[in-house]
Amino acid sequence: MSQRIPVKELTDSFRGRAVGALADDQLRTNFRIAMDSLMQKRADAFPDEEEREGLRELGNHIKARALSRLPDLLEQLETRLTANGVKVHWAETTEEANRIVHSIIEAKQGSQVVKGKSMVSEEMEMNDYLADRNIECLESDMGEYIVQLDGEKPSHIIMPAIHKNRFQVSKLFHDKLGVDETEDVNELIQIGRRTLRQKFLEADVGVSGVNFAIAETGTLLLVENEGNGRMSTTAPPVHIAVTGIEKVVENLRDVVPLLSLLTRSALGQPITTYVNMISGPRKADELDGPEEVHLVLLDNGRSGAFADAQLRQTLNCIRCGACMNHCPVYARVGGHTYGEVYPGPIGKIITPHMVGLHKVPDHPSASSLCGACGEVCPVKIPIPEMLQRLRQENVKSPAEQPKVKDGGAKYSRKERAIWRFWASLNTSPVFYRLFLWGATRFGKLAPKNVGPWTENHSAPVPARRSLHDLAKAHLNQGDQR
Amino acid sequence: MTELFYDAAPNATRVAPERPAPRTYPAKPAEVTLFGTCVVDLFFPEAGLDAIRLLEREGIRVHFPQEQSCCGQPAWTSGYVNEAREVARAQLNLLDNGMPVVVPSGSCAGMFRQHYREVFAEEPDTLKRVDNLAERTFELTEFLLHVCKVDWQDLGQPTQIALHTSCSARREMNTHLHARELLGKLANVKRLDHDHESECCGFGGTFSVRMPEVSGAMVLDKTRSLRESGAAEMVTADGGCLLNINGSLEKQKQTFRGRHLASFLWERVSGEVKS
Repeated sequence: MSQRIPVKELTDSFRGRAVGALADDQLRTNFRIAMDSLMQKRADAFPDEEEREGLRELGNHIKARALSRLPDLLEQLETRLTANGVKVHWAETTEEANRIVHSIIEAKQGSQVVKGKSMVSEEMEMNDYLADRNIECLESDMGEYIVQLDGEKPSHIIMPAIHKNRFQVSKLFHDKLGVDETEDVNELIQIGRRTLRQKFLEADVGVSGVNFAIAETGTLLLVENEGNGRMSTTAPPVHIAVTGIEKVVENLRDVVPLLSLLTRSALGQPITTYVNMISGPRKADELDGPEEVHLVLLDNGRSGAFADAQLRQTLNCIRCGACMNHCPVYARVGGHTYGEVYPGPIGKIITPHMVGLHKVPDHPSASSLCGACGEVCPVKIPIPEMLQRLRQENVKSPAEQPKVKDGGAKYSRKERAIWRFWASLNTSPVFYRLFLWGATRFGKLAPKNVGPWTENHSAPVPARRSLHDLAKAHLNQGDQR
Repeated sequence: MTELFYDAAPNATRVAPERPAPRTYPAKPAEVTLFGTCVVDLFFPEAGLDAIRLLEREGIRVHFPQEQSCCGQPAWTSGYVNEAREVARAQLNLLDNGMPVVVPSGSCAGMFRQHYREVFAEEPDTLKRVDNLAERTFELTEFLLHVCKVDWQDLGQPTQIALHTSCSARREMNTHLHARELLGKLANVKRLDHDHESECCGFGGTFSVRMPEVSGAMVLDKTRSLRESGAAEMVTADGGCLLNINGSLEKQKQTFRGRHLASFLWERVSGEVKS
């Protein structure tokens, strides 16, 4: 159990950051308003429960089927993409992925990169890697652009700057770009657009993510609402797509329901404004498009999750963000509290495979297991079940060989002993009733300060007679009122 | 719209993947076992007794095995599988009597019905008994509504109440639907929906002590929306939430309180008002 720890000693933990976030009224208001609106949008996008549940079931089956053939599909994807003229690269680690991206840019003597939104590039910390090598990366998604301008990381996988309201963005633009402050959201967007437009034309390389990689046709599908994805993937002479190996699906038919699930779950949209389907570089008789297209397929711990039949389900994720929008913890502490690239419920279950449980030891516990995430997940990942499993792996001793990377982060002999005691109490009727007898008679004498519980509650006082006691008396009397 | 996509179903059978059928209920039995749950046992025993009275009122003989303790949920959700399994096995053995098991708490009923399968996943022989227990397990409001098919006369004064449903009860047992329908049978009771009604109260068992700040923020929001709902009191069918919500209200020195649904229901149908 957690002890009462001075907050200053907790700054580098989930709990410590949560304390800071909870005290920030502006942040909490921004998140509450945004999450409430997103939940409503999703609800409106699925008016028919029957249809929604059928579709989720289907989404789950499609992903399960794709994952069951993952190695084959990846091989097929590579073959098809290569035939289409796309160069495919494999990266086991983020370091390797960065090296590949850098070498492609270097070969073109590029110095400017324009990026569409990509969470995998965040996972790679690509901007920093390239900046260290004198290559400038500019984020072109409005939300990403805002957080980059402010030297921050995204706080949500779909809406990177959701933690800021328009007044904060206005102030940021004023400070960093020297423009007049304005509360008009459209004007703010226009300011960003004007800056970015020139960059699309100047950039040597465009980088994007991928929503679905289709094995049968060798197609990279990318959804977006701002047109920046299309610009990033078509205007610069070189396009580099980066994605995780779990994004591969069998064929275009499979994509139709997944796409519907994705856009409706994420923002309540029937479809995004742009759906880009990239199948290769510019052909000889074509006037535009990139001369080169590359795909970097990143593992970064995903094959570790894949190896476990239960944890494999985390790879179903299509990155819609609905789990964070519906999470009562995320809504209160925001994305930055998680301290990792992927926040919220999905972040809690995929991050350990990437960085190891030792780096995120509190993530599995930072949930009341309320189940809101699992209920809305479009591909039916049983997120609470995954969290419970990670808690198991988290408390294993080294001898028990945890099955998740760097598991056993929370192994404690003391806590194990407490649970051993609890188990013996609850498996021995005599012992248990003795406990009840003591608690009901002397409960009032218990200390008024019982650790973290009494920070939020009055001290719990046991009843004077237990139900065991009352029921026995009642049933013996034959008191059949 | 889904029919457009059935081509994508795994074996291209063109039929929708199967969804679990809604639960079918047996006829009212002559006797049942009450599993009181550890929280009710120690903190809300009157609610357990009121549950017994409500069942007896329907002409059912209630058994309360004195050997019962906890369903094992606290250890299970904390990741202590072996400890959870030992405690679960003790209850499984105890309840292996073929009788319906009624539980005045949705999350414990959900533990029997859903999570025992995970707890005993590696014991195929035990799983048969687990499935049998799952079939016989009913949360109290579900049992009163669908098995007893209660027909009540409301003897209480007109009142307005807020209903809070525990998350596992809602998502694993549909307790919110059962409780609403049951309360709908009471002519003088008006149910008011509070803001963010479906949101978690922040209890989550050991979550409340591992992450007290986040849990505290959640229960503060929950108690505020309950108080602002205009209801005279809150009712819930889950002891854990009740412990959390009432403990927080008391700490805040608020007069508003919640109580167990069983006690509220017993008061309405028996006309017996407890102070």
